[in-house]
Amino acid sequence: MNAVVPRSLLRPEPAAPAAPVSTLRARDLAYAYDGGRPVFSGVSLEVRPREIVCLLGGSGCGKSSLLRVLARLEAPASGDIHFLGEPLQAPHPRAALVFQQPGLLPWLDAAGNVGFGLDFEHQPRLARSERAARVEHALSAVGLAGHGHRYPAQLSGGMAQRVALARALAREPQLLFADEPFSALDAITRAEMQALLVELVHRWHTAALLVTHDIDEAILVADRILLMGGTPGRIVREWTVDIERPREAQPAAVTALRLDILNALQVLRAH
Amino acid sequence: MSARFILPLAGLLGALLLWLAGSAWLAHGMPIAADFAPAPSADALWQLLGSGELWPHVLVSLKRVAVGLLLAIAIGVPLGVLTGLSRRFAQGTTPLFQFLRMVSPLSWMPLAVMVLGVGDAPVYFLLAFAAVWPILLNTASGVAQLDPNWLLLARSLSATRRETVLRVVLPGITAHILTGVRLAIGIIWIVLVPAEMLGVSAGLGYFILDTRDRLAYSELMAVIVLVGALGYALDHLARSAHARWLHR
Repeated sequence: MNAVVPRSLLRPEPAAPAAPVSTLRARDLAYAYDGGRPVFSGVSLEVRPREIVCLLGGSGCGKSSLLRVLARLEAPASGDIHFLGEPLQAPHPRAALVFQQPGLLPWLDAAGNVGFGLDFEHQPRLARSERAARVEHALSAVGLAGHGHRYPAQLSGGMAQRVALARALAREPQLLFADEPFSALDAITRAEMQALLVELVHRWHTAALLVTHDIDEAILVADRILLMGGTPGRIVREWTVDIERPREAQPAAVTALRLDILNALQVLRAH
Repeated sequence: MSARFILPLAGLLGALLLWLAGSAWLAHGMPIAADFAPAPSADALWQLLGSGELWPHVLVSLKRVAVGLLLAIAIGVPLGVLTGLSRRFAQGTTPLFQFLRMVSPLSWMPLAVMVLGVGDAPVYFLLAFAAVWPILLNTASGVAQLDPNWLLLARSLSATRRETVLRVVLPGITAHILTGVRLAIGIIWIVLVPAEMLGVSAGLGYFILDTRDRLAYSELMAVIVLVGALGYALDHLARSAHARWLHR
């Protein structure tokens, strides 16, 4: 057979000069609402290139606050964050966010939403044609090619969240922050979106930090799981998930990990 | 389905009958009041429109509405955005605004004429002063009801304050602004007629006073009908702009 061998297999990828080892590195982070008790403290974590890290925890454990601080939407009370090797002082153009609610702008069509903000002052300059190409590319990546002219009011919940995902992809992110992005969807759509997320992260060579309270979601999606708990919140345990994908086909390994996580939660509760 | 057309028509017809009965009763004791009846009024309206005598007055009035509305938008929207964005500004200004809002704009008439002179300027001032409040208050409540996800999105894109206002806040509150504009048009149209009764020599309000002085009562009624019809049309326009923005 005359198979086409991808170039990346023939040549090792050239190491970019001074390539940072980690996409995101946070050290000893703490955060408190103005003047209140600390929400979390002593949090250190790392996200490596092309890695999917799940931040797992119950509601109120501070995982969403942690995500916002890591994305630098909020300033930490102490500690430091490095993104691509640089100290992070403000939201970075190469870090994109997806939230539980799609948050689409109802006065713009899907394409307008995906391209929204690409022309902002603090974003990298793009030619108009390049912007249009990115929008097109991102829409087709989430399976919505040809739907760019539709308005948010005409989209189902799953489609709206796909548009939100495309909006994040259009920025060609090095890191995708996602805060319970699928928890408002029905179970079937959720499973589809989880598979899509994994596929996109792999195809677009990005890394992802996914906040979730869903143990199964974490097991199906993550390369690494960080369990968060306690008051103030901290990272109590970490698992590296090396179960082969698709993981739905590995029930024994998935169940074993699930039990392990449930056990850890039990221990956490006992304290 | 047909109720959508039949019931409004029935209502208008009922009013016409009342008008007919009322003017007949009035003419019973006062013969000159026969001019108030629907038939002479319709005749007068036909003649006024046909002769072209009324059109300059209509145009002058509509121009005043447009200028007053634009002034009210130019002042009300920025103030409303400021009120919605800054709690301190809102706290500082709310009592003052509520106070001013409750004073009939016509009470400022003597002062307006003294400061701005006779002519169009005091009318513009009164109309804008009457119309600014619904626009300001609706804009402010639109800002307060903005989806926090949109603002978070703007922040994650490192949007400047200007970008946040122009690309997120203003389009996000446009439906509210249009509601305010619709209310403002209603108020302006109501205030317009009395505001045109002093110090101007054209406009529908002026024309109504003029008919009174000429004892041309059928013309007076004709202009009242026209004022109502034009106001209805303006409101319809504002309403369809609102619907268009929301549905698309």
